[in-house]
Formats: sequence, C-alpha cells, structure tokens
Amino acid sequence: MIIAIISLILLYYLKRPMGLISVSPEWKRIFNGGMVAAGVLLAVISLNITIISDLARIVSFVLIGLIVYVTLRTEDLQHRKGMIYAWLPIIGIEVIQALVEIISESFYKNYETYFEAAGFFAFIWAIAMWINNSKQRKALEMEKLKAMQREKEFQITESLKTQLERQVAQRTKELTNQKNELQHALKDLQAAQNQLIHAEKMASLGELTAGIAHEIQNPLNFVNNFSDVSTELLTELKEELEAGNKEDALEILEDVIQNLGKIHHHGKRADSIVKGMLLHSRSSTGQKELTDINALADEYLRLSYHGLRAKDKSFTADFKLEEDPSLEKMNVVPGDLGRVLLNLINNGFYAAGEKKKELAEKGNTEFLPKVTVSIKKVDSGVEIRVRDNGKGIPEDIKAKIFQPFFTTKPTGKGTGLGLSMSYDIVTKGHNGEINVISEPGEFTEFEIKIPNQ
Amino acid sequence: MKSKILIVDDEKDVELLFRQKFRKEIKSGTLELCFAFSGDEALGILDSENPPQVVYVFSDINMPGMSGLELLAKVKERFPQINVSMISAYGDSQNYEKAMNSGAKEFFTKPIDFESLKKEIGGMIKDN
Repeated sequence: MIIAIISLILLYYLKRPMGLISVSPEWKRIFNGGMVAAGVLLAVISLNITIISDLARIVSFVLIGLIVYVTLRTEDLQHRKGMIYAWLPIIGIEVIQALVEIISESFYKNYETYFEAAGFFAFIWAIAMWINNSKQRKALEMEKLKAMQREKEFQITESLKTQLERQVAQRTKELTNQKNELQHALKDLQAAQNQLIHAEKMASLGELTAGIAHEIQNPLNFVNNFSDVSTELLTELKEELEAGNKEDALEILEDVIQNLGKIHHHGKRADSIVKGMLLHSRSSTGQKELTDINALADEYLRLSYHGLRAKDKSFTADFKLEEDPSLEKMNVVPGDLGRVLLNLINNGFYAAGEKKKELAEKGNTEFLPKVTVSIKKVDSGVEIRVRDNGKGIPEDIKAKIFQPFFTTKPTGKGTGLGLSMSYDIVTKGHNGEINVISEPGEFTEFEIKIPNQ
Repeated sequence: MKSKILIVDDEKDVELLFRQKFRKEIKSGTLELCFAFSGDEALGILDSENPPQVVYVFSDINMPGMSGLELLAKVKERFPQINVSMISAYGDSQNYEKAMNSGAKEFFTKPIDFESLKKEIGGMIKDN
C-alpha cells in the first residue's frame, strides 16, 4: 500500500515542472496514466482481498521499479534524480518488508522492529535528501532568475546601445553636414576676401590712373621738347661751325649734352612710373629687391596727389617729402610697400580734405590740407612717417583702424581693407612695425619702422 | 620793347626748356623770362614790382599748394591787365571751361606745343 502511495507522489512530482524545467506533454500523459494505475492499485490493495491484493502489491512493486528505472535512465527526467534517490531507501525497505511479509509472516513478525527502525532511518534520509534537493533547486532557481535578469539587463543595454549608436550616427551625420557647410562657407569667404583684396587694389589703381597719366605727361613733355630743341641746337651748331665760331659751337654742344641728360632722366622717370603701375596692379610676387625708399615715397606721394586731383577738381593740398639722402637702397617688396604708402597718403589727403570741408562750412576757407612724408635712416633700418593735418583719429576707434573692413568713410568710399592690408605688409611681409599717433582735430601721423632685411 | 613773361610750374626743368626754346628771343632782348615753382612764389614775384613788369603769365594747373586755377583767379583779381594762360596735362573740358571762365587767355596742353606757344607770345610781342 505504501509503495502505491509513493508511486502516486512520485508520479505527481514527475508530472509537475521543477523551476523552469517542465516535461513534455507526452511524458505528462504517461505520468497521468501511471497515476491512474497507482490509484487503481492503491484501491485494490486497500480492499484487502486475498491473493488479488497481494498481486496488486506485487504489481505496485513493478510499477515503482519502472518509475525508478525510467527516471534514472531517461535524459529528460535527470532533474528528478535527486527525488528518486531520496525515496529509494524507503522504497527498498518497503519492498523488502512486503516481500518478507508475503513469503514468511512469522519471520517478519520476529524482525518487525528492525524493519521499523530501517524505515525510520530511510524516512530521515528522505527528509535530508528532500531538504538538500530543495536547497539545490532554490539555488538553481536563483541562478536561473539571475541569468534571466542578466539577460533582461543585457537586452536593455543592447537596446540602449543601438539607440545610442543611432543617435551617434545621426549626430555624426549632422556634424559632418555642418562641417561641410562650414568648409563651404569658409571657401566662399576666402574667395570673397581674395575678391575684396583684388577690388581694393583695383580701386586704388583706378585712383592712380589719372595720377599716372598726369605723371607721364610731364616727363613726356620734357622728352619731346628737349629732343626737339636739341635738333634745333644741332642745326645752329652746324651753322656756327661752318662760320667758324668755335666758342659758340662749344656752348651749343654743352646745351645739347645737358639736354640729352634731361631726356634720359625723364625717360627713366616715365619708365619707373609705368613700372610702378604694373607693380601695383600685378599681384605681389613677394619678391624683395633693392629699392630706393626716397624715390618710392616721392613717386607714390605724387601719384596719390595727382590721382585725387584728377578725381576732384576742387581738391587742393600741399605735400612735402622730407628725404634722407643718407639712406641706402633697402631690400623690400617695392609694390607692397608702395601700396602701403599710397594707402597712408590717400588717407592723409582724405582726412585733411574732410577737415577743409568742415571748416569751409563754418566759413573758414584759410585751411590748406597738407601731407608730409618723411624718411629717416636709423641704425636698425628706416622710419617712414606719413603725417597729415586732418581731423585726427578719435581715441576710441584708434584700436580698430587696422582691423579688416573697418572704415569711417561713407559706404562705397572705402573697402576698410587699406589699413589692414598695410598692417599685414609691414608686419608680416617686412617684420616691421606700424604705429599711429593722433591729436583729434589737429593731425594724424603713421609711423612705419622697417628693419634691414 | 622787352616783354617780361612769368612761367609757373612745379617742374624745375621747365625753366631750362623755356630758356632754350626762347634763346633767340632772349638773346635779341625782345623777351625776358622769369620762373616760379608755386602759386605763392608767382604772386610774390608779381607783388615785388609796382606796377609789375610781367605782361603774361603761363601757369601749370596741377601744383602742390595753390593750384593754377586759384592763381589765375588771384592774378585776374589783382592785376586784370596781365594775360594769363594755362598749361596743363589735364586737357579735359572741365578744366578748360573753368580756366576760360576765370579769364584765362589760352589753354595749352602738355606735352607743350612750342609752335603754338611761340605764336601766342609772338602775337603779344607785336601788340606791345
């Protein structure tokens, strides 16, 4: 009877899932069948009919044997091995006890206490095994739970990761786009800057052309007329020689020689003006060459003055060059340095011209604008000062005047690049310095220091 | 009779050129040339004689300081009897009209055509 009950219990547990492990539906069906069989056996045994009940008891032994065998041998049921081991001593003792009882009841009666003691120990064993098993099962379940949690966390992390990766990809794309846009903008700006620099050069060249035309007419006047008069003189010389007037002839010859010198001088002058113009229009090669700073200043002072005169007929001003004859030729970029001088001189005439206009509005017409360029040789190189008696520069904008695009001139009159270009040419191109001192309402003086290269 | 002519130009070689071009007239004593290199200097010369001996002024227009046109106006104001003609590298109509309206007798362009200049001076000498 106990064996049948144990069969029922075992089958019940075998059917049920253990932790996360559950048996397949086929096994469940088999176990259900087993339980029905065990139930029938239990009923038959409990009816206590001779022979039939004993037969049922033997069948129940077979049944439990099958259960033990199948459970231990089947891969799918390995997780219930512990349970079988727990019950095995009880089953063994019960089977032996029952067999002994069937075979010899007297023998059984004599040793009943031993059988009971063995049954007791088997029971203890079963409880101990059960406790151990449930502990293991719990640990296993905990482990499983943890694993599941880890799995869950891993999935969360994974989804976060993909989300982050998506975001990163998106940001990267945005940043790349921005970078491309910025690069594009930078390129545009560089192109615009080059265009502006070109425009600034061309604008100052435009101002120059009239000055250049005037400046070329003057030397041409001398070239043409001195050669003309020399032809006349040579005709006279011939007449004097034929007449035998040696003294007069020599005098005429002196004049002719002098005239040829003048022709040469003014031819050179026209040449240098054209060269200067070409230098100015051409983009600077940055090539330094030995340059006569005195002559350069003289040339650009005249060009600036006549350029402004040509543009504005009412413009009058005085200008003066204070040369330093002791200054030797210096290694500079003549076109660039000329541009600096032209800028400073133009600005000077402009500032002084503005002051003249302001004073004229107040009825004072006596003021005469004046720009003075002075050259001074110093130990380290040369100092060039461009001074005008104009409006001066207010203290608050003095710091800004060398910034690109800063201009106080009305729109369209200045690009705001003249002084910033000058600054670059002096400091970067020639390792020099450019400074400004000014007394508002009185004067402005730019001082350029260029060291020996 | 000797005619005195004043030539005003900031280019110093102008003196040498004029003296050679008019060497015959100078030698023969019909012409006397004097030179000034700025408007102020020219007015100084005219002011130094009373009445001025100069009968004709030839002036450049583009000069530092006082321009030729300003000089023209001043000379015409103070010495209306003196002839003034302009010599300029700028032959544009604006300069021309301004000069003529201010009382200039002639307007010559650079490079100077001495043939026409001589004619002008010759005519003046005859008038004298």
